[in-house]
Amino acid sequence: MRVMAQVAMVMNLDKCIGCHTCSVTCKQTWTNRTGVEYAWFNNVETKPGVGYPRRYEDQEHWKGGWMLDKRGRLVLRSGGRVKRLLSLFSNPDLPSIEDYYEPVTYDYDNLVSAPAQKDMPVARPRSVLTGRPTAITWGANWEDGLGGAPEHAGADPNLTGAWADKVKFEFEQTFLFHLPRLCEHCLNPACVSACPSGAMYKRVEDGIVLVDQDRCRGWRMCVTACPYKKVYVNHATGKAEKCTFCFPRIEAGQPTVCSETCVGRLRYLGLLLYDADKVGEAAATANERDLLEAQRGVFLDPSDPGVIAAARESGIPEDWLEAARRSPVYDLVMRYKVALPLHPEYRTLPMVWYVPPLSPVLDSVDAAGGNQDDPDHVFAAVTRLRIPLEYLAELFTAGDTDVVAGVLMKLTALRSYMRERTLGEAGDEKVLKAVGLTAGEGQDLHRLLAVAKYADRYVVPAAHKEDAAALTAMENRCPVETSGEAEPRKVMLGIPTLRRHTTAGGRP
Amino acid sequence: MNATALSSPTATPASGTDLLLWVAFPYICLAVFVVGHVWRYRQDQFGWTTHTSQLLEHRWLRWGSPLFHLGAFMVIAGHVVGLAVPASWTEAGGISEHTYHTTAVWAGSVAGVAMVTGLGMLCARRLLTRRIRLGTDRSDKVLFPLLSATVLLGISATAAHNVLGAGYDYRETISVWFRGIFTLQPRPEAITGAPLLFQLHALTACLLFAGWPFTRLVHVWSVPIGYLARPYLVYRRRATPAPAPTAGGRPRSTSGSRRAA
Repeated sequence: MRVMAQVAMVMNLDKCIGCHTCSVTCKQTWTNRTGVEYAWFNNVETKPGVGYPRRYEDQEHWKGGWMLDKRGRLVLRSGGRVKRLLSLFSNPDLPSIEDYYEPVTYDYDNLVSAPAQKDMPVARPRSVLTGRPTAITWGANWEDGLGGAPEHAGADPNLTGAWADKVKFEFEQTFLFHLPRLCEHCLNPACVSACPSGAMYKRVEDGIVLVDQDRCRGWRMCVTACPYKKVYVNHATGKAEKCTFCFPRIEAGQPTVCSETCVGRLRYLGLLLYDADKVGEAAATANERDLLEAQRGVFLDPSDPGVIAAARESGIPEDWLEAARRSPVYDLVMRYKVALPLHPEYRTLPMVWYVPPLSPVLDSVDAAGGNQDDPDHVFAAVTRLRIPLEYLAELFTAGDTDVVAGVLMKLTALRSYMRERTLGEAGDEKVLKAVGLTAGEGQDLHRLLAVAKYADRYVVPAAHKEDAAALTAMENRCPVETSGEAEPRKVMLGIPTLRRHTTAGGRP
Repeated sequence: MNATALSSPTATPASGTDLLLWVAFPYICLAVFVVGHVWRYRQDQFGWTTHTSQLLEHRWLRWGSPLFHLGAFMVIAGHVVGLAVPASWTEAGGISEHTYHTTAVWAGSVAGVAMVTGLGMLCARRLLTRRIRLGTDRSDKVLFPLLSATVLLGISATAAHNVLGAGYDYRETISVWFRGIFTLQPRPEAITGAPLLFQLHALTACLLFAGWPFTRLVHVWSVPIGYLARPYLVYRRRATPAPAPTAGGRPRSTSGSRRAA
């Protein structure tokens, strides 16, 4: 057993209102720079929808993630090592900027500097890539709130089953939820495995997956390999960049920017201990639908004395073990099993998990003339209304509707029980028992999901004092500074020429 | 044959200009090449990249880049054989001058045409695609014309003299000069009689080598062969305890300075 710790995240999708605050604060922190205008380390998608970049979940096309070959061995879908080196000159599976969107800024200056005239001056959009006026035809959340869904959302790669024909995009019959996405900081990261330079790595201490900017040579294989398309090419520096899980904040014991600023308070951060020796085996599980349990099997119980002893041997400090025992992520993923991974069938063992939303089912209950507050109606809907369930299963359980239904039943039971309690009744514990919860556990889970105090949501132990010297070496600098800014370095080369005079100080 | 070839140019002693062009200049370029690489590698790991632009334009790149690179590999291999291996060695290996020449012209033509076509496409997309043109930095503005000039001069020299012309045996002249540079026994007189196109090709090539460390060409040295052998998953420790930096001082080495993004 080789115990490693990972700072992992869970998002409670029922609470996501699609406000994009996480995306915007993330962008302001990390990607408001030349070269990554189009990149969103965190983005919020409306589901059903094609996503960002367009149809990124279609791995037949984009070749992301892992698969099992004919002999059952785990291989990257984009091909083996030799094939990867042969495609260095032109990567056939790299999304182009059109698959993301053409980043724009606006002629803001025109608003204040236009001469007096009869008509109001307007700020016209201007491409950041060419500096020319452009029409905005796509974006990172083009179908926000199902806008344009009848036209586009049918192309959602999750809508492939026979049931998918029945998904309607007419207003009265539709369902939607928001899906915030960031790098999954996988246990078995395909991007790391595809990096020819060995510039990408997973940190031993906290599991954060990073790109070493000094070692990246711009071979752009990571972009293809990541099935979530969460590694981006900085076209100004020619290097790969990705979500850093805000490691400078995590090291200081603070939540990531997206978590900190989440208006709906739907994000949870905490430690998960895992056995690094079992990662490969779990990722190679034969049946896609067993991947969820296989991944849970890699996680270790932080209260188990054997695990604690092994963790100490691996050098995990005591306060981290303590934090692992208080981890809300462990509670949601392992104890209550209400959190599910996004697309486990990609076999990367992702570490950002989701509590699936009950709202699509509740919408269906309403549409069918039922009562949302009656658990019987909701239970019936969960078992009978296949469409939202099939869809959620496609996202979170490789198509296994039973698992999603189980989680939704649990959430429904919890709602019903706590509703009664809140209204001053005793609460029907039978409903809870039916989904495997005791009254105490129910209240505990309710506190975690619904009350969700700051200290309960984020249990992030600070990086250790032993590393302090190395950390202070970093602290005065932005880890992704572009050369040529702020403090001039004595290096004239490799400096990306500023693309053009920034138009009217506009940030993309 | 070798002896006559060697003896005839030595009859005329090299002039000052010849010494400058064929001895001093190549050595200066080589020195810049070596020192430049050391300096760049130590100072600018962050800038050491292929500087891919596939994200912004992929249709021309799809054909242009493989054509150029594969053509270039063959051309480089051809140059290594043609310049570094003396004719006496290939003849000792049982390859007659005629066989060598025919093979060289044919293989060289294929490789040269592939490389020129590829480079043409790469230049075209860089010029015609506005996104890429705007992202072209100063080093590219030197590199692309210099590389194009070298390649075009090289292929026109071959075309003019060896494909269409009577045939010019560069192995007895230019190769001798080339090897002289590296054996530290410069033979400027060996190349002075070469046709102008070959001479210009040699000179632009020297310039290209001098410019090499300061352009994206450095990515050549980062060919990720090690990838074939390394384990798929890479784990790294967050921080190896480092000596505390002196107050206000920046670490000399840039490694680790931009660790992550």
